[in-house]
Amino acid sequence: MHDVVILGSGPAGMSAAITAAEYGLAPLVVDEQPAPGGQVYRAIQGTPLRNRTLLGEAYWQGEALVDRLRDTRIDYRPATRVWQLTRQREIGLLRGERAELVQAHQVILATGAMERPFPIPGWTLPGVMTAGSGQILLKSSGVVPQAPLVIAGTGPLLLLLAVQYLRVGVPIAALLDTTPPGRYRQGLPHLPGALRNPRTLAKGLRWLRELRHAGVRHIKQVSSLRAEGDERLERVAWQCHGQDGWKTLEASTLLLHQGVIPHTQITQALGCEHEWDARQLAWRPRLDEWLRTDIEGIAVAGDGGGIVGAQAAELQGRLAGLGAAHALGAIPAGQAAKEAHRQRSRLARETAIRPFLDTLYRPAPQWRLPADDTLVCRCEEVTAGEIRRMAELGCRGPNQTKAFTRCGMGPCQGRLCGLTVSELLADANGQSIEETGYYHLRPPFTPITLGQLAAASQASKALSAGPGASPPSPEPH
Amino acid sequence: MFQRLSLPDMPRGSEVSFRFGEQELQAREGDSVAAALLASDVLACRSTPVSGSPRAPYCMMGVCFECLVEVDGVPNVQACQVPVRDGMRIRPQHGTEGGR
Ligand SMILES: Cc1cc2nc3c(=O)[nH]c(=O)nc-3n(C[C@H](O)[C@@H](O)[C@H](O)COP(=O)(O)OP(=O)(O)OC[C@H]3O[C@@H](n4cnc5c(N)ncnc54)[C@H](O)[C@@H]3O)c2cc1C
Ligand code: FES
Repeated sequence: MHDVVILGSGPAGMSAAITAAEYGLAPLVVDEQPAPGGQVYRAIQGTPLRNRTLLGEAYWQGEALVDRLRDTRIDYRPATRVWQLTRQREIGLLRGERAELVQAHQVILATGAMERPFPIPGWTLPGVMTAGSGQILLKSSGVVPQAPLVIAGTGPLLLLLAVQYLRVGVPIAALLDTTPPGRYRQGLPHLPGALRNPRTLAKGLRWLRELRHAGVRHIKQVSSLRAEGDERLERVAWQCHGQDGWKTLEASTLLLHQGVIPHTQITQALGCEHEWDARQLAWRPRLDEWLRTDIEGIAVAGDGGGIVGAQAAELQGRLAGLGAAHALGAIPAGQAAKEAHRQRSRLARETAIRPFLDTLYRPAPQWRLPADDTLVCRCEEVTAGEIRRMAELGCRGPNQTKAFTRCGMGPCQGRLCGLTVSELLADANGQSIEETGYYHLRPPFTPITLGQLAAASQASKALSAGPGASPPSPEPH
Repeated sequence: MFQRLSLPDMPRGSEVSFRFGEQELQAREGDSVAAALLASDVLACRSTPVSGSPRAPYCMMGVCFECLVEVDGVPNVQACQVPVRDGMRIRPQHGTEGGR
């Protein structure tokens, strides 16, 4: 039985582990990546881009956390995937061919964010990828798109990637900005909050200046976008607000991005209570002041519980680590309360910029509710039109459309269509998104073979709790 | 589609060889299988069970499952989540080959 098991070794998971170890606990940290860092500090130990100006100082800040993860009290296991987590905190781990089940008193989910789905016509063509994928290739392998490259969408990460590409000498044929008109005006009331975190604000302005100086073709107020080609991307076509006609540009790579959302696959499958964040336009698990879910002993830290950014994710990790230590009696109640208060004030300052960023980069409806001909479910190839037709036939929620169309039943288990389908159904039925709901999910979260499963269940006989929820299917259906 | 940067102070990781279908390809140690394929100009790594449309890695972080390939005889492996190794045999996964 482990004191505390932490899933994810991004800033939230690393700081949770470091904090728990400080209070004398022996945390187990698992992450599917081969090295620590999460998304923001991905490949920080192994990146071939050793010149620090290229990825930027904010990236190299992660070194301090990674160093402290070497603490001998911390059992850090890379390349290990979590395929199951039960309400009794039995955790299924898979490393190579080895599956095992472990049990924990406290679980901290620090599994982070994913990019918001960006369904446009042609987004399944080879050559169309996400901006995050471009950044992962850059950080981990120093692999970059060949010209001509088009980047499209909105949000800080898109700008950051453009700046990082400029610094390594990758030409950008065009940056198609889908930020709708009027967003700066709408963001204005939130500016005082943003000014409580001037560092982040200044960084954004610096990126914009860098892009302008480099003469990147920055096309604003893009209102429609298509990826075109036969078997692979050949062209990107777009329209701007208030202008007729389409413009096109040849492209071999199109990188899309419109912000990040909490990756709630595990918390949804657990059946944690979730709420719709109307400002971030995303689901998030409902958390209390210690970041605990409504399930005993399970907390969420970092972007998996609502998008807060890397700095705040680290602070939340500390708070969750403290909470685990407190729950296990490793720290006197008074001291825990005092320390938690200190972390919460720092968090409030750090996240004061979120309302401004969330408003400024809030994707317009057409990017979330695509036209009928656009594929929504990439795996099973279901279009937005089919989902709307299902609504006409009386489908109220995503589990019904799943049964009738297979939408969400493919290998990605609805990760890339779930949000879109919920929003489409809410819109078509004129009901709230809370009434519409989300997919019912089940483990395994990741493909696991029958052989691996059998080995794990053998091992689980040694555990008192037995093999958790319903038996997972062997293939990623 | 993709290429490897060569900047002055970049370490050149050691080279590994792998097969993709009939092709003999090279990559750098530390690359994921998906990165290795993209850097070798491989366009599509699978086709869909529904329409047979070609697909390539999309998210590179394990969420989209567009990168499913067969690695050393094991189907449904997410190419973006597995490091490439010397001598690996990778096969594209067409249509319903991975089961459905
Ligand atoms: C592709 C991408 C790129 C980003 N790049 C930046 C950036 O450059 N700068 C920035 O400020 N923000 C970036 N972000 C935003 C990001 O969410 C950060 O705010 C920060 O990384 C969040 O920290 P975290 O600890 O909450 O989660 P993460 O850093 O995302 O860490 C989560 C970790 O959990 C692991 N994990 C997830 N599921 C499982 C599982 N089932 N089994 C095992 N391990 C699992 C992941 O491998 C990952 O290492 C990026 C987000 C994405 C999606
Ligand atoms: S590229 Fe998305 S899961 Fe591998």
